[in-house]
Amino acid sequence: MPDHPTGSDTLPLSLTVNGEARQLRVAPWTTLLDLLREDLGLIGTKKGCDHGQCGSCTVLLDGKRANACLVLAVVKEGSNVTTIEGLAGPGGALHPMQAAFVEHDAFQCGYCTPGQICSAVALVEEGRARTPDEIREHMSGNICRCGAYPNIVAAIEQVLAENAR
Amino acid sequence: MNRFSYVRATDVAQAAREAGAPAAKIIAGGTNLVDLMKYDVERPGRLVDITRLPGLRAIEDAADGGLRIGALVTNTEVAYDRRVEARYPLLSSTILAGATPQLRNSATTGGNLLQRTRCYYFYDVGTPCNKREPGTGCPAIPGVNRIHAVLGASEHCIATHPSDMCVAMAALEAVVRVSGPGGERAIPFAEFHRLPGDAPERDTNLGRGEVVTAVELPARGFPAHYTYLKLRDRHSYAFALVSVAVGMEMDGGRIGEARFALGGVAHKPWRDPEAEAMLRGQAASRDLFERAAERTLRGAKGYGHNTFKIELARRAIVRALEQAAAGTPQSQVDKRIR
Repeated sequence: MPDHPTGSDTLPLSLTVNGEARQLRVAPWTTLLDLLREDLGLIGTKKGCDHGQCGSCTVLLDGKRANACLVLAVVKEGSNVTTIEGLAGPGGALHPMQAAFVEHDAFQCGYCTPGQICSAVALVEEGRARTPDEIREHMSGNICRCGAYPNIVAAIEQVLAENAR
Repeated sequence: MNRFSYVRATDVAQAAREAGAPAAKIIAGGTNLVDLMKYDVERPGRLVDITRLPGLRAIEDAADGGLRIGALVTNTEVAYDRRVEARYPLLSSTILAGATPQLRNSATTGGNLLQRTRCYYFYDVGTPCNKREPGTGCPAIPGVNRIHAVLGASEHCIATHPSDMCVAMAALEAVVRVSGPGGERAIPFAEFHRLPGDAPERDTNLGRGEVVTAVELPARGFPAHYTYLKLRDRHSYAFALVSVAVGMEMDGGRIGEARFALGGVAHKPWRDPEAEAMLRGQAASRDLFERAAERTLRGAKGYGHNTFKIELARRAIVRALEQAAAGTPQSQVDKRIR
């Protein structure tokens, strides 16, 4: 069977993606990651390991960070999904976390960056990490094989400090 | 991933009926099941989605002073629940020692109980495995077995249970509530998971069509004297090589009730009632803890690569009992072991 069947193989699915209500049809074995990338063309969310080990597919699912690769889309009927494409403000103004990543050069190849940024946005929202040790622990689900970790921590520290002001 | 049909269950009875069909699997958080499906280790013909079932998402106080955690409550919600933090900090600590914030947001309490071993051979459909395909053999026994069991294993399987949360549940003597074709029943935690014996394909004593609906914690939560010491190959996001969960009550320097369970060393969280009994009523001391550790590991058997776990577990038990007795639990952020 093809990966993107039509007709009887598919089920209806309502999702809000980056603020836009979408009425979709998906095969039950379609992951949220594949739906975003293959069907909706939102290729900012990356496929790294595809097994929940690297964090490059991290999105905000009903406001909470999740590995999109381990989510079957059909299970998330009615959910609200925010991807890296949905973080910028009107007119393309960068989200403060995006701006901090740029300012601190918090990446090299950039492949893990959308997941890192979505995860970091959630970290700030959760409000449980303050010290560098806590930031590292709460970012442990996002691997950066270029090793930009010190700059990622610095970017997050800056946003936390800006919010504390 | 294989092709399958999908049904969204609307009540527990329907979920149990659907889940009772051959080749049906229940899906909730999916963090383990979807992973296994991508490796073709799990090939369900039908998925029964229980995420919409009513009444399984709450953490509620029980009349006996305990706490009832619904099966669909996420690991994150349990770990940061104020009642859990105050009354069962051991449970919070074990959850935060495992996985990542992303996985903990999706993973459910019921699913955590039912996650499967991370044995390399179980995951690799190109190799035999008695757990995956009964009767084909266990390549881990003569093979690469660094992460495998040293207690309670059998000639058919030396896999370990991967959960951190379950190690606390064992020490806390939680009760698993299930609902199925035969009605509802309660399974004491020690009887929920199985040793491999000659049927390693069965991880638990859950019957066909039975759905986990809740986990109940008894009132005794050991909020003052507890620890979860987890030893692993990297400080975050790695499964335990050896872990120890301890809950104790102390009266001055003397130990009252005492429980400890090991993770990473057996097919289920490992408790030794005789070793625990040695602690009760005694003055806390390193010598006592060393004797309790020796007792716990008296039947331990290494398979080559994993033989180091026996000495590691012995030392981890002593250190964890010292941490709990002193009221200085292991931090899950600052990973230095004190």
